[in-house]
Amino acid sequence: MTSIGTGYDLSASTYSPDGRIFQIEYAAKAVENSGTAIGLRVKDGVVFAVEKLVHSKLLVPSSNRRIQTIDRHIGLATSGLLADGRHIGNRAREEAENYRETYRTPTPVQALADRIGLYVQAYTLYSSVRPFGISAIFGGIDKEGPQLYVVEPSGIFYGYHGAAVGKGRQLAKTELEKLDLPSLTVQEAVFEAARIIHLVHDDSKDKEFELELSWVGKETGGLHLPVPHELWVEADKRGREALDEDMVD
Amino acid sequence: MDHFPTNWGRPRNEAVDLYNTYPLHLRPDNGTYGRPKDSFEEGVQRTRQPIVTGTSVLAIKFKDGVIVAADNLASYGSLARFKDIQRLHAVGTHTVIGAGGDMSDFQHIQHDLDSLIISEFSEGDGHALGPAEIYEYLSQVMYARRSKMNPLWNSILVGGWKDGKSFLGYVDLIGTTYSASTLATGYGAYIAQPLLRKAVEGRENELTEEEAVKIVEESLKVLFYRDARSLNKYQIAIVNEKGVSISDSRIAPTEWSFAEGIRGYGAQTQ
Repeated sequence: MTSIGTGYDLSASTYSPDGRIFQIEYAAKAVENSGTAIGLRVKDGVVFAVEKLVHSKLLVPSSNRRIQTIDRHIGLATSGLLADGRHIGNRAREEAENYRETYRTPTPVQALADRIGLYVQAYTLYSSVRPFGISAIFGGIDKEGPQLYVVEPSGIFYGYHGAAVGKGRQLAKTELEKLDLPSLTVQEAVFEAARIIHLVHDDSKDKEFELELSWVGKETGGLHLPVPHELWVEADKRGREALDEDMVD
Repeated sequence: MDHFPTNWGRPRNEAVDLYNTYPLHLRPDNGTYGRPKDSFEEGVQRTRQPIVTGTSVLAIKFKDGVIVAADNLASYGSLARFKDIQRLHAVGTHTVIGAGGDMSDFQHIQHDLDSLIISEFSEGDGHALGPAEIYEYLSQVMYARRSKMNPLWNSILVGGWKDGKSFLGYVDLIGTTYSASTLATGYGAYIAQPLLRKAVEGRENELTEEEAVKIVEESLKVLFYRDARSLNKYQIAIVNEKGVSISDSRIAPTEWSFAEGIRGYGAQTQ
């Protein structure tokens, strides 16, 4: 790494001579080392899926969740440092409540992504803090319809039809591009999401993982909820099967 | 100095206020800067009466649920100002509240409880607040507000059904609470409550939904005849195993031909 030893990577408040802030790039590295998280914005809603790596058999199943609920209609899937993800989640809940207090209407996902973007960006300005090691996928249904945004450690955010962050993001993105996302239903998207997570999981490097699935759609009455257990079991099974079929080819 | 970075840069909030800095005019000074304890003391005025008001709310328990009812009127003094106001509000999936008194305070309470429900929902832990929890929260809020000499000017009935058990509770602007199988606020506490008790007490586990609705509708009609701040247009909320359902507005047919025969007041000449 060209940055090491130059002294320009010690603080987020110092540029390198070629105009980069290395601490932000290191934060992005923290995200790249974490389990994949994807979000699908489809015809009638949004689906989240996370590859939650299980580093110990002693952990309680389904603990340390990486998908959070921000408001009735908004979900958040994070990749990166778990604790930073929690903090972003808490801040997002506060911002959503503040928006509601001010405008007395459910928070639009874009407004939330905007506020969180500003917050995350503030942590790239000072030597006393470090940038967040988190890429955050915000998604939900608001009055504009289904929405999906990703906030990066730099504070920048973009809207997407399909988003992937973390370890397997490259492969996941190519898989997402193959899908006709705007015409899928959430019901179909759940299976696609589970399939992609199973596909991008690298068995040789990481042994165990737990599949996390949540959705916002007509089926949930516009609420962000975990997918029902039966559907989860079915999606998980089909994800595995698709993987085995790939192997045979 | 607040040493928690998480608290920096937050807007003032009455609910979360570590150092009691809110509202500004109530900040104690203890004479440190040589000014009186409260510089704005003379400028502070307090609510002395409700402005836009709702009248009675009625509620009873029946065999497998509770029923809460209120009319659609919000009065401005004696003027029937708003005739399409909903005074019943679902809080989560197991509870309904109905309010008499100041309607703007009631809207504030609705918003407050909605925020509570959302913050509980976002925990995603599989638990939901039931009527007992919401009643407890609400009564603590009402008592805290009256203790700040700034009451929410309402009397509220909380009805609910969770885990096979019904719930009914009353709380008002000074934080008074009580529970019973029949409840009524405002004028209804004098006119409707005796009727409800007679019809319901001892039969809570026998009454069907249809009978319960009939009892409440009859009491609402009596109230409409007697209470000059009431309307014959009302809504009924039912909470049972299936959750909360608030009906559309209904209009009670009433009979006024007897009025002509009444003598002793009004514009009659003989």
